[in-house]
Amino acid sequence: MDTPTHLARAQWMSLLAQAEPAELATAMEAFAPPVDATTWLRPPQTGLYMLRGRVGGTGPQFNLGEVSVTRCSVQIGERIGHAWVRGSNSRHAELAACADALMQDAEQGPRLQVQVVEPLRQSLNRRREAASRKAAASKVEFFTVVRGE
Amino acid sequence: MYVAVKGGEQAITRSLQLLAEARRGDLTVPELSLDQIREQLRLGVARVMQEGSLYDEELAALAMRQAAGDMLEAIFLLRAYRTTLPRFGYTQPLDTNAMRVRRRVSGTFKDVPGGQVLGPTYDYTQRLLEFESTAPTSPLQAEAPLPDTMPRVLDLLDAEALIERIDAGVDPEPIDLTREPLMFPADRATRLQNLARGDEGFLLGMAYSTQRGYAESHPFAGEIRMGEVDVVICPEELGFAIEIGSITLTECQMINQFHGGNGLPPQFTRGYGLCMGEGERKAMSMALVDRTLRCDELGEPAYAPAQNQEFVLSHSDSVEASGFVQHLKLPHYVDFQAELSLLRTLSKQHAQHLNAEETAAQETSS
Repeated sequence: MDTPTHLARAQWMSLLAQAEPAELATAMEAFAPPVDATTWLRPPQTGLYMLRGRVGGTGPQFNLGEVSVTRCSVQIGERIGHAWVRGSNSRHAELAACADALMQDAEQGPRLQVQVVEPLRQSLNRRREAASRKAAASKVEFFTVVRGE
Repeated sequence: MYVAVKGGEQAITRSLQLLAEARRGDLTVPELSLDQIREQLRLGVARVMQEGSLYDEELAALAMRQAAGDMLEAIFLLRAYRTTLPRFGYTQPLDTNAMRVRRRVSGTFKDVPGGQVLGPTYDYTQRLLEFESTAPTSPLQAEAPLPDTMPRVLDLLDAEALIERIDAGVDPEPIDLTREPLMFPADRATRLQNLARGDEGFLLGMAYSTQRGYAESHPFAGEIRMGEVDVVICPEELGFAIEIGSITLTECQMINQFHGGNGLPPQFTRGYGLCMGEGERKAMSMALVDRTLRCDELGEPAYAPAQNQEFVLSHSDSVEASGFVQHLKLPHYVDFQAELSLLRTLSKQHAQHLNAEETAAQETSS
């Protein structure tokens, strides 16, 4: 089946958006879409999303402030790819939109999954684990007598 | 009243040149790169983002450099720039419970599930100037990472029903102060938006006043956490939610004594602070002021400045405050001429009155 489920697409779009731009660019070098088959439906455009928080973390919503987001849409062949990435890096949004379009392609998709998306996932997990382990190193160990229960 | 004053164009041009020169400083010293500002002055960048009300490290760093380190000017620059960008929409509510914590401390429970994680903090420094530049030692990594999510400290009290619950309820669409004017009385969500972009110094002073007795707040820092939270949006084009990156947030859950009132039993109440980037002082101040501003809702006697929402919310914004204070530099020539002429008339009348009294006194005595 060549129509990806929403869940799978949401996952790869999230990974493409969270990628380090340089790493995404390198990974996408092998997948430069043919220029004559590529139409930029919406060239990269930077705008704002209003961030929402919740009162007390769990209560009603409130507006915290805005965040810059760059969006981009591209058509490659018959596939339409979209991207929304935090910040104002246009190249990042272009690459993510191209990858999103190609990921929907029955032929290219699986190759991208292996050569682009999966490495990005591993890289993201590595970065997160490193940050978490650094923080964990500063965890307080209280030396107190544990009372018997 | 202001009047158009012609002339001075050349002086203004030269002033701008002088500003550019002063900003750049000694040309033999390399110019600061935005990377350097973003990486090495991250807390300054966070403050500009908070009060500029726009999360973008690059733009905040650019604003800091352009403002020569004047934070309020940098905040103003960022606020001005945001008006040039289109608004794409609203994010889904940030899930701070799923924060990838880098710091998490509690002033109320020693043994919180998940533990206390100090993270990068100035709290334990000696506040001694370090004259040698200190290259960091290679960062230590624990064998195991922290749990994926840390339970909220306040949930421990919630389990015993000792602290007020905060549920989303019907989850109303909050007022957006970038679109609508601030009206009073402002609900809590509106107040939090105002405080989130409020001046840190002002909020700190207000928070401090509540601790010194101008409102009885009896606060405890239930939990302070800092780390990364995913930004989730649900674009119409897709119809499903995606993560578009993560941002750093600092959240403070303040616990306050409450003796009961307005039909509520005695319980702990909450003050809430949330801000972009690392900003513990700001988040704590915000939480204290948030709680104090709930006096009407909780039936507490309101007498202190920090309980007066018109006072607090109308004066918290540094862009507005700075603009109004500094507008006094603008030409008020006609205003002042009017005052001057009035004063001259009054002065003349006063002198005439004195003369008349003296003459009358002399006539009486003679």
